[in-house]
Formats: sequence, structure tokens, C-alpha cells
Amino acid sequence: MDLNIFWFGVIGILFVGYFFLEGFDYGVGMLYQFLTPDDTDRRVALNAIGPTWGANEVWLITAGGAIFAAFPEWYATLFSGFYLALVLMLLGLIARGVAMEYRSRHDPPAWRRMWDWALTIGSFIPALLWGVAMANLVRGVPIDAQMNDTGSLLTLLNPYALWSGLVMLVIFLAHGAYFLDMKTEGALRSQAASAARWLGWPAAIAEAILLLWSSRLIHPSAWAVAAGLLSLGSIVTAVLVYGQKTIRMAFFLHGAGIALLTAASFLALFPDVMVSSLNPAWSLTIYNAASNPYSLRVMTWVALTLVPIVLAYQLWTYWIFRQRVSPKSPLEY
Amino acid sequence: MSQLGWARLQFGMTTVYHFFFAPVTIGLAVWLAILESIYVATGNEDYKTLVKFWGRLFLLNFAVGVVTGILQEFQFGLDWANYSRFVGDIFGAPLAIEALAAFFLESTFIGIWQFGWDTVSKTVHLLAIWLVALGTTLSALWILTANAFMQEPVGYTLVHGKAEMSNFGALLTNPQLWVEFPHTVLAAYLTASVFVLAISAYQILNQRQPHLFAKSFKFAAVAALVFGLGVAVIGDAQASHLVTAQPMKIAAAEALWKNTGAHAPWTVIGIVDSRDHQLKDAVQVPDLLTILAYKRLSGSLSGIHALASAAVKQYGPGNYVPPVAPVFYAFRVMIFAGVLMILGGLWATLRLRGNRFLTRRRLLKAMVWMLPLPYLANTAGWVMTEVGRQPWVVYGLLSTAVGVSPAKTVPSAEIILSLSAFAAIYTAIAVAAVFLFKKYTDLGATPEQAGPPSETDHYLHVV
Repeated sequence: MDLNIFWFGVIGILFVGYFFLEGFDYGVGMLYQFLTPDDTDRRVALNAIGPTWGANEVWLITAGGAIFAAFPEWYATLFSGFYLALVLMLLGLIARGVAMEYRSRHDPPAWRRMWDWALTIGSFIPALLWGVAMANLVRGVPIDAQMNDTGSLLTLLNPYALWSGLVMLVIFLAHGAYFLDMKTEGALRSQAASAARWLGWPAAIAEAILLLWSSRLIHPSAWAVAAGLLSLGSIVTAVLVYGQKTIRMAFFLHGAGIALLTAASFLALFPDVMVSSLNPAWSLTIYNAASNPYSLRVMTWVALTLVPIVLAYQLWTYWIFRQRVSPKSPLEY
Repeated sequence: MSQLGWARLQFGMTTVYHFFFAPVTIGLAVWLAILESIYVATGNEDYKTLVKFWGRLFLLNFAVGVVTGILQEFQFGLDWANYSRFVGDIFGAPLAIEALAAFFLESTFIGIWQFGWDTVSKTVHLLAIWLVALGTTLSALWILTANAFMQEPVGYTLVHGKAEMSNFGALLTNPQLWVEFPHTVLAAYLTASVFVLAISAYQILNQRQPHLFAKSFKFAAVAALVFGLGVAVIGDAQASHLVTAQPMKIAAAEALWKNTGAHAPWTVIGIVDSRDHQLKDAVQVPDLLTILAYKRLSGSLSGIHALASAAVKQYGPGNYVPPVAPVFYAFRVMIFAGVLMILGGLWATLRLRGNRFLTRRRLLKAMVWMLPLPYLANTAGWVMTEVGRQPWVVYGLLSTAVGVSPAKTVPSAEIILSLSAFAAIYTAIAVAAVFLFKKYTDLGATPEQAGPPSETDHYLHVV
């Protein structure tokens, strides 16, 4: 296996981690104010993701850095080409990050309402837009011979991509609901449980339609089809096993569904990293978009050294904060 | 304004804004780690109260630093696609390593620190803040490794019109990095020292727990003096390095159009006349520029005219002169702000014995008014560094005008739209941040501050 394939895999894994982890953070951010009008319960929801959401977001930052380091042409084409979409997503992430820290630092209801909306919209935008972006990556955008995307925001907002955005949105909402059911107590938990019951099937059905649509539109490889079907199976199984005693299993099955769906997208993309809809010869691939072999070798050593350490301490944090959060817990957010 | 102009304005504005929050974060993390170490070592609850007070301000600051940093990770792709294609092979590596080595460390352990007061042991909690401090400083190291390459490209070969990495070790031992990194990190420590000094003075003036804030004040006074001197010493080394590495930047910073004689004077202040290429009403110290540049009594510096014609010979026809006035004035703003901070730190340090500072209102007020100085100096320093490098984005290799994204992919209208949106959200965040800074400063450092519900109740009584 050459290092170009390895780095394509690393970036795929970083996105798997990002969507799995921030998926429930975004889900919680979108849901919490609709689950309860009670301020303490809202704080319980935010404190359930409080200690870990920041590190979860770093998966995205690292993915961005890894794309830049390993495939600079991909970085340049993607972020200049998806300009307005990326700006919108960044605005969302900025609003949400500040809201998380600032919301509970001041009492007046108007203050808290303002940040609640910043948090909800700031979670909604990236959830939707990543679905849109992944679909466009796989389907192709008008990239010219100089690797420049000549499309606009409207090119990105085609029906297939919007449906993919919707799928991501609903799947993340369900992920957040499962998470809150697993991590909180009291009134909030039962609200989260009913949201989870309500969201499970729509997530599965929306994904099934997306997979069908994809199989017609982009002719994915057998591996991608297999990952997609496993993903759907995982999400359906999560709905079927979901119950009072099996919430943890449902959460991880649903999370596995997210991971497999991400894997399916990357497998469908491989060995391209961005498809040109104008001419297949103009597509960016893991070879023509890559850094030189020396640079990839350096980065490989760095990654092999640091990733295990990072994984170890991040898992350890989840162990430290394994307790459910209740209105009686010390609420930092 | 051209598309290039808008792109530069967006990068400049968002980066300066980010750098309003980043240095305080770097410095305060170390400050918190020191305070908490004393608490754990002595068991003195006063220090825990102080950790909680400064910790709250730290977290308010950290949040903005983080979210504005997300934009930094992606904006080379937004407006600077051609730059990214040209240097990605080299520039991407330190950015990725920064995320992997520094951002994960900071974000994970800040979570443990902020939420773990009752969950983890005292030792683990202390370890967490030290790791946050390590993470913030590592982050500065890696991003400055990337920036140092833009100032002084090393460890690369040009292949098919692109810079490819050929020696990673050379990137890490870039001489520019080892003047730039200590200068920036010490400036971050100085920023936090002045921040703590100013707010402690403000609390003492308002009779809020003066016995507690006296402890902060003493640390910060000495730290401001020490780090202020450190920044100056390294800054001097950095400027000397520029004389050979980026002579045009030094010529612009000194507004030298003509070559100097062997005994160049240093201009304290003057008026730059960019049209007639001269410096008017200059107040100068004889021989000082030569001494600063070469650490000896004789030596001449090249002027802009000579350097520009040498550049034309080397790179072909073009204008190789950066905007002189902003570089000249920014350099002086940075130096004067730095000198004032050193003098302030010295004044406060001289009044520490016998807690005399507690009753010196003039001193305390002066310390409060020092607060804008580090922000001014940091911004001016970056203006000098980045504007002084123009017209290059990578010195000698790639001009800024070539590095911008193609206008057909990223038209001016899109940049204007995004710039307006970032300006709006950044302004809103600045208002909220300043409001909360003020609120939590006025709440003071009370042991009750442990639980947010009681602290906010308390605040309602105060107002």
C-alpha cells in the first residue's frame, strides 16, 4: 500500500471520528431547546457534552490540516470552490463554540435565548452542510483543467446533495437523542427517549432513499455499496434493539451506522478526492493532488507516533466523565 | 478595491482579531498552572479562589481564541488557493501537526480541567492545566514554524513551480523560527502578565479582596518586568537577524531610502513622506541603528532604492518595496508600547516591598491603563512582520498577488460578503466577551464562585 492510499485512509478515519463524535454534539445542540423549556434541564443537556465537545471538534480541524498536508491541491480546490458554504459553516461553528461557553454565564432569559439559538443554528448549519458537501464530493463539481472549481453555491445545492444534507441532519438528530438518553437523568432523559423513538425510523428511511439515489447516480464501487448497506443495517438495528436497557447498544449501533456511511462516501470517492463533472481527466486524485513522497513519509511518522497517544487520552476523558449528568450535578455550562 | 485587496483585508482582520485572544490564552494557561501548583503544594485555599477567578476569565477568552482559530485552519484554502497549492507540501505539515500535537492536548485537558474539579484527583487536575499550558505553547511553535517558512523559506526544492519539502529538520531549525518563536511566546507571557497586573490593580483600587489580588499583583509585576525585558532582548536579536535575512523589511521599518553611512542613527520618531522618499522632522539617536543592527560601532545598512534595484536584477521587473509608512510606524508603536510595559513593570516591582503598592493609587491607576498596551504591541508587531514582507507572501518565492484564489472561483463579491459576515459576528462576540469580562471582574474572587448558580445570584444583588 503506498502512502497516498494510507493518507486517504487517515483522512477518511478522521472524518469518521468527526462525524461520530460531533454528530451527537450537533444533535444535542439542535435538539436540546426543543426537548425542554426548563433552563436547568437545558444546562444538563449542554453539560452532558460539555467536557468533550471541544476535543471532538478537533477531529475536524485535524482533518482539515491533514488534507492540507497530504493533499494540498484538494485543500485548495475544495475550500476555494465551496467558498460560501464553508464560510457559512465556519460562522455556524464560531457562533456555537462561543454560545457553549457564554450561554450560562449570565442570567436574563433574553441572553440565554439568544445563545440557545446561536447554539442550535450553529449546530444545524454544519450538520446540513457536511451532508451537502459529501454528496457533491462524490457526485462531482465543475472542476476545470487547472483544478479550479468554476461552480457557485447554487451548483452545490442540487436536489441529491440537499437530500444528503437532510440525511445527515436527521441521523445527527437521532444520534444526539440517543446520546442524551444514555448520558442524562430525569425529565430531560424521557424527552430525549421519545425524540429518539420518533427519529429512528425517519433516519433509516431517509438513508435508504439516499443509498438508492446514489446507486443510480454515481455507480459506486462494490465496497462502497457494501459499506452503505452495512450502515443502513446498523441504523435499522439500532431502532429495533432500542429500549430502556439497551440504550448504550442502540447508541453505538447508530454511531457505527454513521461511521459506515462516512466510509461508504470515501470508498465511493476512491481513488479520486474530488470528481470533476466537466471531464473525468480533470478530477483530483490521491496522486495528482498529493504532496511529494518525502512530505508524506514525514507526516506518516508524525501520525503514527501521535495518534495512539491522542486516542488514549481522549478515550480516558470519556471514562472520567462516564457518569450520567442530572440537575443535581455541578453544572459548569 | 481589488479582489486581492479584499482577500488581504479579510485575512488581516480575522488574524489580528484571533491574535487578540490567542496570546492571553497562552500566557494565562501558564499563570493558572503556577497558581494551582501553589495551591496543591500548600493547600492554601486562597490560591484555589484565585485559580477560579482567573480561570473564569481564561475560559471566556479561550472560547473566542478557539473558534476564531477554526477559521485560521481553513482560510488558506478560502482566499489563498494558489498559495496553498504552491506551499501546501510544506506549510500543511506544521498545521496538521499543530492540530494533532497541540489542539487535541489543549481541548481534551481543558475539558478535564473545567469540568473535573469534583471528578478527578487534585494531582490529575493540576496535570491537566499544565498540559493545557504545554498545548497552547506547542500550538504557537507549530504555527510559527509555518510562518517562519513564509519569512525565510528553508528545507524546500522547487519542482514544477511548486515548493516541495525536502528537509523537515531544516524547517524546525529555521533561524527565523528561533527568534520569532521566543519573541512571540514571551510576548504572550508579557500580555498575560499585564492583563493580570491591570485587573489586580483594578480590584485593589475598588477594594475587592485586596489581600488576594495583592498576591496576583506581586507575581504579575515581576513577570511583566522580566518578560518585558525578555521580549525586548529577543526582539533585538530578531531585528538583527532581519538585517541579513530580510533587509528590505528593516529598510522599510527604518524608512531608509538611501544607503546609510557606517554610523547609522536610529530614528526615535519622524514623519514618513512616501512620495518624496524621505523622513521629515526626525528625532534621531546617533550611531544607534548601527549598534542595534550589528552589535558593533561601525557598519552601514542598505536603503530601499539599492535593495529594490537588486531585487529587480534577481527576480525581474517589478515593485519590491513594501508600504513604508505602516511598517515604520508599527515598528515604533511596538517598541514604545514595549518600553512602557517594562517601565510599568519596573515601577510596580519597586513598590512591592512592604506592600506599598496597595496604597499608591496613582501607581494602581497607571497599571489599569497599561491594559491596552500588549494588544497594541502584538498587533503592531504582526503588521510590521506581515506588511514588511510584501510584496511577497513567501519571501523571494511567491508574491502575494499570485497566491490569491483565482477570481473566477472566488470573486470579490464573495469575499466582501464573507468579510462582512465575519466582521459582524466578531463584533457581536467582542461585545459579549467584554461584557462578561467586566461582569466576572466585578464579581471579584469569592470562594462562593465555585458554583455558577450562586455566583449569578450574587451578581444580581451587586447590580
